[in-house]
Amino acid sequence: MPASSTTSAVSLLSVAITFGPKVGGYTAVKNIDLTAAPGEFIAIVGPTGCGKSTLLNASAGLLKPSHGEVEIFGAPLEGLNSRAGYLFQQDALMPWKTALQNVAVALEPQGVSRREAELKAREWLRRVGLAAFVDRYPHMLSGGQRKRVALAQMLIRNPEILLMDEPFGPLDAQTRQIMGNLLLELWAADRKAVLFVTHDLEEAIALADRVVVMSAGPASHIIGEFPVPLPRPRDIAEVRLEPAFHHIHKEIWASLRTEVQKAYAQGEEASP
Amino acid sequence: MNRLKLILLQVAVGLGFLLLWHVLTAYPILAPTRQTQFFFSTPLDVLARVWKEFASGEIWRHLGITLLETILAFAFGAGGGILFGFLFARRELLAAVFDPYIKAANALPRVVLAPIFALWFGLGIWSKVALGFTLVFFIVFFNVYQGVREVSPVVLANARMLGMNERQLLRHVYWPAALTWMFSSLHTSVGFALVGAVVGEYLGSSAGLGYKIHEAESVFDVTGVFAGMVILSIFVILIDLVVTLVERRLLVWRPAPSTNGQG
Ligand SMILES: Nc1ncnc2c1ncn2[C@@H]1O[C@H](COP(=O)(O)OP(=O)(O)OP(=O)(O)O)[C@@H](O)[C@H]1O
Ligand SMILES: [Mg+2]
Repeated sequence: MPASSTTSAVSLLSVAITFGPKVGGYTAVKNIDLTAAPGEFIAIVGPTGCGKSTLLNASAGLLKPSHGEVEIFGAPLEGLNSRAGYLFQQDALMPWKTALQNVAVALEPQGVSRREAELKAREWLRRVGLAAFVDRYPHMLSGGQRKRVALAQMLIRNPEILLMDEPFGPLDAQTRQIMGNLLLELWAADRKAVLFVTHDLEEAIALADRVVVMSAGPASHIIGEFPVPLPRPRDIAEVRLEPAFHHIHKEIWASLRTEVQKAYAQGEEASP
Repeated sequence: MNRLKLILLQVAVGLGFLLLWHVLTAYPILAPTRQTQFFFSTPLDVLARVWKEFASGEIWRHLGITLLETILAFAFGAGGGILFGFLFARRELLAAVFDPYIKAANALPRVVLAPIFALWFGLGIWSKVALGFTLVFFIVFFNVYQGVREVSPVVLANARMLGMNERQLLRHVYWPAALTWMFSSLHTSVGFALVGAVVGEYLGSSAGLGYKIHEAESVFDVTGVFAGMVILSIFVILIDLVVTLVERRLLVWRPAPSTNGQG
């Protein structure tokens, strides 16, 4: 699509989101300006509770900003963002469907026949390393396996924008690396715009083109955007050994640390 | 506790009870045996009567009628409950307007309706089906309503992000969620269908287990009443077994298959 290559994939324009009443409610994020170009991989880091999931919800169209605008490929977002796939932070699989059914059903809205959908779903589950678990129900899978099913469910639809909220959170270090490399590989083959939320700064740097750091809430805003000029293709494990990686890490951590401490202190105050 | 030990203990409790009953009615311990036997019969007499009922084949017709009433009451009650549960859960206004009336109707003891149903539907099976219906309907209705309302918002949001339209959401999200709740109350609702049938028969009919018990009661045939109750219990246990099997099949995806069998 030549038209989309000139515009941005996702733009948050001076977005603010307030929960509860307009006056006296809790303003989670404020003055957020964030643009993801088509094919750009953006990682969002920030202290817990700062509003990372809230931003993804706004980009998905699940949450309407109290102020500001969300644009998708240059057009204001109305209702749900049909061009995005969303991997939720919480478990979002249908518990009454097996892994295979959960992935295959994602193709039903596109009118794909069930046989073909199941064939593709099998292929996707194989790719995320779950070939042996296709007939398991979510409760019979580990947290990490469920995340991988959700990943397959999102990717099988081939959305143009990927919204991922701590997708590798419950995975062990090894699987994290394997999945990270897999994600990079898939992304390199068919570049999509990615908004990737993580609490792991190293992971953010290893994966992204740009790392966005958010301040502690309330009224969280973006306190820094750090480009990651590491060459691609990258290997998650090896890229961490490069001197440039350490340099970037140090730089970002310097700004992130004070925010994390702030958020933590607030939590302490709030608790009785 | 292993299974065998559990079953042995369960059997021991039953045998202990029967033994106590036998000793107290066969020997003049509390009162002369003629008196105790008139009020409490004896376990051997009751078992003999149960055996006779089955051997003569007389009981099958009554069992069949009670079973038919139970099935019909359950089918109509569950069908209506699902339909209205869905409708009310998806239409806020409807639920809000009808809320007090539904609560009032549900709070009403259903037994008082039995004579009216007999008047409306006659003494045949339909007055019993109607009584069972009023019991089953509300249980299923409330459960389906709850199930649809309390679908996990994340699962729902995810399904919507996958691009599902209202029909697909209904099929893949709301319906299974509602069914889960319905099945979690399956034992109770099937039990109530049976209660409706038996109580209806008891209050006025010419066939069915409730009728058998009533008939025996009206001539102070305690043995007959107890025999009827034993047959009813066997019937209930068998129905509950079937329900458990159905439930296991339909709810394979659930973490722990519920094993609490009331009913
Ligand atoms: N529905 C809501 N009503 C009120 N407050 C909310 C609601 N949803 C989120 N919040 C608040 O908004 C803030 C941001 O929440 P959000 O879930 O976006 O945080 P997060 O950055 O994703 O945190 P984490 O890293 O722990 O997932 C939090 O302080 C949270 O308490
Ligand atoms: Mg979050």
